[in-house]
Amino acid sequence: MKVKLHIWRQNGPNDKGKMVDYNLDNVSSDMSFLEMLDILNEDLILKGEEPVVFEHDCREGICGSCGLVINGHPHGPESGTTTCQLHMRKFKDGDDIYVEPFRSKAFPIIKDLMVDRSAYDRIQQAGGFISANVGSAPDANAILIAKNIADLAMDAAACIGCGACAAACPNGSAMLFVAAKSSQLNLLPQGQPEKNKRVRAMINKMEEEGFGGCSNYYECEAACPKNISVRFIAKMNRDYFGAVVKEGTKV
Amino acid sequence: MKLDGKVPSGPIEKRWSNYIADLKPVNPANKRKFKVIVIGTGLAGGGAAATLAELGYNVHAFTYHDSPRRAHSIAAQGGINAAKNYQNDGDSVWRLFYDTVKGGDFRSRESNVYRLAEVSANIIDQAVAQGVPFAREYGGYLANRSFGGALVSRTFYARGQTGQQLLLGVYSALNRQISLGKVTMHNRKEMLDVVIVDGRAVGVVVRDLLTGKMESHYGDAVVLATGGYANTYFLSTNAQHCNVTATYRAYKKGALFANPCFTQIHPTCIPVSGEHQSKLTLMSESLRNDGRIWVPKAVGDKRNPQDIPEDERDYYLERMYPSYGNLAPRDISSRAAKRVCDEGRGVNATGNAVYLDFSDAIQRLGKQVIADKYGNLFEMYERITGVDPYNNPMMIYPALHYTMGGLWVDYNLMSNIEGLFVLGEANFSDHGANRLGASALMQGLSDGYFVLPNTINSYFGKGKPQTVPTDHPEFKKAEVEANERINKLIAINGKETPTHFHRRLGKIMWDYVGMARNEKGLKIAIEKIGELREEFWQNLKIVGTAGNINPVIEKANRVADFMEFAELLAYDALERDESCGAHFRVEHQTEEGEAKRNDADFSYVAAWEYKGVGARPELHKEELNYEFIHLAERSYK
Repeated sequence: MKVKLHIWRQNGPNDKGKMVDYNLDNVSSDMSFLEMLDILNEDLILKGEEPVVFEHDCREGICGSCGLVINGHPHGPESGTTTCQLHMRKFKDGDDIYVEPFRSKAFPIIKDLMVDRSAYDRIQQAGGFISANVGSAPDANAILIAKNIADLAMDAAACIGCGACAAACPNGSAMLFVAAKSSQLNLLPQGQPEKNKRVRAMINKMEEEGFGGCSNYYECEAACPKNISVRFIAKMNRDYFGAVVKEGTKV
Repeated sequence: MKLDGKVPSGPIEKRWSNYIADLKPVNPANKRKFKVIVIGTGLAGGGAAATLAELGYNVHAFTYHDSPRRAHSIAAQGGINAAKNYQNDGDSVWRLFYDTVKGGDFRSRESNVYRLAEVSANIIDQAVAQGVPFAREYGGYLANRSFGGALVSRTFYARGQTGQQLLLGVYSALNRQISLGKVTMHNRKEMLDVVIVDGRAVGVVVRDLLTGKMESHYGDAVVLATGGYANTYFLSTNAQHCNVTATYRAYKKGALFANPCFTQIHPTCIPVSGEHQSKLTLMSESLRNDGRIWVPKAVGDKRNPQDIPEDERDYYLERMYPSYGNLAPRDISSRAAKRVCDEGRGVNATGNAVYLDFSDAIQRLGKQVIADKYGNLFEMYERITGVDPYNNPMMIYPALHYTMGGLWVDYNLMSNIEGLFVLGEANFSDHGANRLGASALMQGLSDGYFVLPNTINSYFGKGKPQTVPTDHPEFKKAEVEANERINKLIAINGKETPTHFHRRLGKIMWDYVGMARNEKGLKIAIEKIGELREEFWQNLKIVGTAGNINPVIEKANRVADFMEFAELLAYDALERDESCGAHFRVEHQTEEGEAKRNDADFSYVAAWEYKGVGARPELHKEELNYEFIHLAERSYK
């Protein structure tokens, strides 16, 4: 099949950037979206032009490196699918495909389609952990966890930290990410001692990093490649209000 | 060179506890004065960095990713083994130890493997304490599943994404230490050289991938946890950026590379669909608990699988290995698949695929049970192939997956270079000639959480190494060399891309150094690799400059190392004139076509010393002495 690509090219953080058109023939429907971009990049290198920079690694939907806005949707039109797992059979011969980076105030563009998502790391560093030094753990079966709770924690833990939620949100909010990360630990008995501190520290950090607040658009859930539910945002809000009433906002 | 594994003496079950009892610990107040450099932030590296920081050391961790959480450990699917015996099915430290040594076809170091089995139970405790959401039974207790090569259920899992959850556990522990200021994290920095002064590893040179700038970092110890080298074959289940550079550059600086020919081919991957393919996707081995593997009995039977009646199907693993059946170890299952495809009974347009069929299990257990167990894997399969595996059998074929070889280390996980430690897949020590499923996560975390923190304590207990400033000539020389090489790559200005050469290298490796190897083929491979390397250095094309983000330079720099390393791998495969584990030399097989080991001549670790590009490396042998396990034929019938 043939496709017409319109790709955002931006040479650096301070460059203005623009959409550039590329025509690609010989695209196989079995290719992944990134394999299609590989072919474009190989052609560009042979022509002596700089290839399109985009992040990717595992190409099996788990590392969270990839993330492009494809035809206006973070990770493309297919629900519950990362960019690397999107295949060309989902497009038609002759399609126009628009490819842009994740756009969010807290994700500055580094080059072309590559953005800086280190704000997510800093939110996690603020409180996304259980303080358990190696060596101090009791026998694993000494902590009983009901299956439904363990399953729910796992639903939250499936988050791959790709940033699609913030990119999809009209407010540039990272609430779904922070909710998934805090809820996983706040649901589990091991996470209880630091529950109040965790949720406040992570939310404070999220705001400091420049992410917006949630006003229930639910675009995040629609864009999430791991189908993380917005109900975790409700849980985080409950955790947060409870914690603030008890201990105030300041950590 | 005399290789000393520094294995403690005494009864095997006491060796590790005696080692810990005998070490002279560093005073807690002094630990912050020791600076440790850790390269790689997967289970082994990230686990080590966090744990060393918890103990009080000053840790600097490096990754070429944008975040430590992207390390390739994240992609491990099926599970992690531990000798908990929660299922009361007769498991024990000894059984896990025995299974691992046997699974490795008796080519690993007994004492290391015993220690691995011993600490396995603590890993599960630690992960649960961190909030890793392992699967649970209704009573709230941890669930287990079975895996290839074992007759007990000892595998803990978090759906089909156990590696992700364990890595996120490591990452959370690391984050805590970063927030406490105990770990300095260096993201987007790729190690290009290890610096050695007076025979001791004193630091590294890294390249900042955003600016192209070289940096030198001193460390009282340097820890490499940089994974394996399966991407030498171009197509593998490894992530795109996985490479051999860190360990290979250490090898060029004098570290010995052990058993490089022990490369594991995973039996259950999604088959190749065309030339454009950039990687192969693994379907977790845990699927073999419920899926049945078969091909048509007749050659060239191209009917739809549903139209082939039961008595015209060959469930070849169940037929050949009745006691292990579909759970036969990886190397055995992979070769069996190759054999039936070579006979012309393969399915799929390429003829290089076999069926993995869940229809029996769905009938017996119901669709919901199968969906609960493997839902995300089934979705992934459908996304990639466009075929629904609930109603059609999956098609699978073996692919390069894991590499058992790695830098040689002693019992302390220290290489032959003082102060240079190697962990996880990057070292050679625990899996022998073949790794059992769910044992990679176990080894990575064992090395990172429990082994290195003790052995480094023992090393530093002997005194603080002398600090070497980063303006020392050796640091400067390493920086200049790293820069010069990149400039040399740019200067070639030829006509083909780095990926083009990588793909061709992979084809040579798969054809001649793949699942079945022979002397003639290996000699051809060595010749062809040398020719391709020549061509690479004459006809490579790079665009852009070195002073900016440049994925073409990153790739070319890694491919340049694969081009040299591939030859080492082939030399090792040629030298090891026996079949064992995943290394199958067609000259050495039983009448049934199984690997035929030669313990009299090859019961050793082959540790190679660098002698120059294109020159034959020098072989050093560490004899393997089995004091506790009786060497036996590795039968899974």
